[in-house]
Amino acid sequence: MKRSKTMELGVGLFMLAGILGLVFLGLRVSGLSLSAPSDTFTVQANFANIGGLKPRARVTMAGVNVGRVSAIELDTDWYDARVTMELNADLEGRLSRDTTAAILTAGLLGEQYIGLSVGGDPETLSDGDTLTDTQSALVLEELIQQFVSNMVSN
Amino acid sequence: MIRRITALGRQGCELLEALGRSGLFLAQSAVGRPSREGLFLWLRQMHFVGVLSLAIVLVSGLFIGMVLALQGYTILVDFGAEQALGQMVALSLLRELAPVVAALLFAGRAGSALTAEIGLMKATEQLTSMEMIGVDPLRRVVAPRLWAGFVSLPILTVGFSVVGIYGGFLVGVEWLGVFDGSYWGNMQASVDFIGDVGNGMLKSLVFALVVTWIAVFQGYDLIPTSEGISRATTRTVVYSSLAVLGLDFVLTAVMFGGLS
Repeated sequence: MKRSKTMELGVGLFMLAGILGLVFLGLRVSGLSLSAPSDTFTVQANFANIGGLKPRARVTMAGVNVGRVSAIELDTDWYDARVTMELNADLEGRLSRDTTAAILTAGLLGEQYIGLSVGGDPETLSDGDTLTDTQSALVLEELIQQFVSNMVSN
Repeated sequence: MIRRITALGRQGCELLEALGRSGLFLAQSAVGRPSREGLFLWLRQMHFVGVLSLAIVLVSGLFIGMVLALQGYTILVDFGAEQALGQMVALSLLRELAPVVAALLFAGRAGSALTAEIGLMKATEQLTSMEMIGVDPLRRVVAPRLWAGFVSLPILTVGFSVVGIYGGFLVGVEWLGVFDGSYWGNMQASVDFIGDVGNGMLKSLVFALVVTWIAVFQGYDLIPTSEGISRATTRTVVYSSLAVLGLDFVLTAVMFGGLS
């Protein structure tokens, strides 16, 4: 069993390289940040049509990421889509009660996300509140149908 | 006619027997209290199976990443979408290519060597003499090799991915002129650590278990002649390659195919 020290060193370096590689994959490739998952508060909104919105989609305000969609379900009282969003906790108490939510599309064919725009109400949103002023997703087929029926009636 | 059916039945029974033997064999050798001596034996096997396989795995990873970037670029540039090169290279490496290709290389480089080594030990009756002096060959010979393979293939897979992504960076960004901010940025936006890196590692763990298991069992179970050793070495490479590719389809269907 000669040169076992060199061998041990080799194996140690090998395993270290594996761990470093995993860290690289985590930080550089999948963009994990080392900070703990930040606190969030949830807000809900009802949309008449969510188009292609998916859970984990972005929620933005003025283009800046402020949270993500955590759940989408059918609201059987109104038969529309009930979307639950998790927003960063530092926004709690800063968003006015009449904040509007719209489902937007990144680019012409890109993924769909929620854009919030702030209102003017002095009262603010807190955990579990529901946004009332919402704008549904733009569905291309409906748009074309409208366009065609306008053409026909003209 | 009846003779043929009997032959079929005999083959079925033999197959089942072999499966049962290999299962018992895995359980007996992998489970047990680790000792200081065992740790040293494991270290030696890690050196042979893991560290010495590093060169072939890393070089293949570099070239596969470079080819992916080159091919991806020529197609994506037609759609003006060469910004998506980073996510294409990273996702195809992390989800599929790194676990599968590293496992295939590992089967060829280390698996065949394990089979031949254990087979020769059996042919020269070293295993029997170990039993005679009261040393369990499963614990002494098989267990360190099994654990070394099980630990080192996931590490090799990580290395493969990292080097492949860097190779894609070299070709895509340094040579073909994709903006490096969009290479890394789109990659980070689309790669999920648990969903992509984690599932890739899980695949690699499964492949590591299957490939080393097949290699070690073929070595232990062969007919102790020179022809038997050559047959078993061939079988190791063939069976583990098929098992890796087949299991990869099943795992992909479960992990990414929306089956759950």
